[in-house]
Amino acid sequence: MPSLIAEKTEARPNPRQEEAARAKGVSPGRRRAVSVARGVAGILTLALIWELAPTYGLVDAYFIPPLHVVLEEWWQMATDGELAKHVGASLVRSAIGFGLAIVVAIPVGAAIAWYRPVREFSTPVLEVFRNTAALAILPVFTLILGIGEASKISIVLYACFFPILLATISGVATVDPQLLRSAKVLGLSPVATFRKVVFPAAVPTIFTGIRISGAAAILVLIAAEMIGATAGLGFLINYAQFNFLIPKMYAAIITTALLGVAVNYGLVALERRFSRWRPA
Amino acid sequence: MSSRITLDGVGQTFWVRGDEDKQLREFVAIENLDLDVAAGEFLTVVGPSGCGKSTVLDLIAGLAEPTSGELRIDGKPITGPGLDRSVVFQQYTLLPWRTAAGNVEFALEAKGGLSKKERAAGAREYLELVGLSEFANRYPHELSGGMKQRVAIARSLSYQPEVLLMDEPFGALDAQTRERLQEELVGIWKRTGTTVVFITHDIEEAVFLGQRVAVMSARPGGIKAIINVDLDRDAAAETDVRATREFAAYRHRIWSLLREQHAPAARTEELVHA
Ligand SMILES: Nc1ncnc2c1ncn2[C@@H]1O[C@H](COP(=O)(O)OP(=O)(O)O)[C@@H](O)[C@H]1O
Ligand SMILES: [Mg+2]
Repeated sequence: MPSLIAEKTEARPNPRQEEAARAKGVSPGRRRAVSVARGVAGILTLALIWELAPTYGLVDAYFIPPLHVVLEEWWQMATDGELAKHVGASLVRSAIGFGLAIVVAIPVGAAIAWYRPVREFSTPVLEVFRNTAALAILPVFTLILGIGEASKISIVLYACFFPILLATISGVATVDPQLLRSAKVLGLSPVATFRKVVFPAAVPTIFTGIRISGAAAILVLIAAEMIGATAGLGFLINYAQFNFLIPKMYAAIITTALLGVAVNYGLVALERRFSRWRPA
Repeated sequence: MSSRITLDGVGQTFWVRGDEDKQLREFVAIENLDLDVAAGEFLTVVGPSGCGKSTVLDLIAGLAEPTSGELRIDGKPITGPGLDRSVVFQQYTLLPWRTAAGNVEFALEAKGGLSKKERAAGAREYLELVGLSEFANRYPHELSGGMKQRVAIARSLSYQPEVLLMDEPFGALDAQTRERLQEELVGIWKRTGTTVVFITHDIEEAVFLGQRVAVMSARPGGIKAIINVDLDRDAAAETDVRATREFAAYRHRIWSLLREQHAPAARTEELVHA
């Protein structure tokens, strides 16, 4: 079994040899199919434990029903439209909040980073906001905006805003000075320099913020929906627990997990699409 | 296309903070520096690291303003960067998110007044000039160090500047690649007729490339001597110019000039540390 050390220090062709052979070095043990198979095996192991532990009485089967019971319930909910309704409600809220955060945070972050006094003035304030757990602010939103859609979208917006904002600021502020010098030599205007050099250079950093926000969007929304809502996955989980509909509760939890994984994978794929130029 | 550059009593001081006393004080990087670069000339500037070579180049490029003296290009004062001059830096300054062709097009976009098609054609032409046609669609991380510098040279030449400024562009390359690029650069210079100011700390490089070699002194930086180099570089492809007696003589003369200023300084440093 190759350890990390063996894996990372394995002999490889150097860049010159790769250039001469017009090829890239590969590791024999790192075929894609093998990695995927191992990953699938990991998931199956988890599923097996969930199925067998209640069956053999290792855990209370009432509180943690075997996986097949949960999956049957999930299938039931998926076919009768119940799941779609709640997933839809949650998705719309998080998508609006998340989208607004992206649209607002990137330009604001770029503006803050561009002017040093503004940056120095606002960074500590922003750090305070970022480190204030979004859920701690939820009562404030509920107080001002009521328990309707507005307060839920706002809390998602709040949670997503700061990671993207701070990532944008750091991405823009840490642009390679040497690239700026080249732009200066070419006599590029500040606007053109931003558009052609600074922003593209900041995209990978901004994406890190976007990915953090994507996870936060779902997390915060589920919690908000548990407090006051009539639809949504958070509501569903809470409602099912309250009424002892245990398999339904787990089905909703699994859906939440799947949603989280899907969002993350989607964002990673998008990130890849935008950073094809980076060494793998 | 080429221009004449004149530096007249140029001085540059920086604010620095002392290592020991933590006090702000002025540091004279170059002082009262005079230099004349003829139109179409290939001038190399050689000097020890830290003597102010990059400072001089930045001033000619218009990236910095001198604290004293005057710089002129074709008689007009230099007030900032301009498309009449281009710079190739030692560090690779290609935009990593653009392909080789995209990086050349970047310069053409800055120049303006060209259609997308004309820019693509321009990029192709200049990548061919540096022998990189096949690699037009590669990203910088997929290119070797030498190839990256070739792209940077193609980018610098693409908008047909009158003056090409180069700050140790081959400093990070291995010896073979460096020699090959030096030969190619001489060829490009002959074809384009651009004025070239080439900075290096490598004496052999300075002798091989320069029609004239300006030798710099350090602390504060200035021009110590200018040596005319008369070598038959056309034969470089077949014979090893670097191995000739004349080449060795030039090399030794510059080496002695640099050694002269260095030896006493080294001795004082020893005393300080003793
Ligand atoms: N922006 C700056 N601030 C302070 N000192 C500087 C600055 N730029 C260069 N120097 C100093 O000026 C001297 C000359 O630097 P430089 O022109 O880069 O030398 P070279 O290119 O010959 O190695 C060095 O001692 C360097 O530390
Ligand atoms: Mg330098």
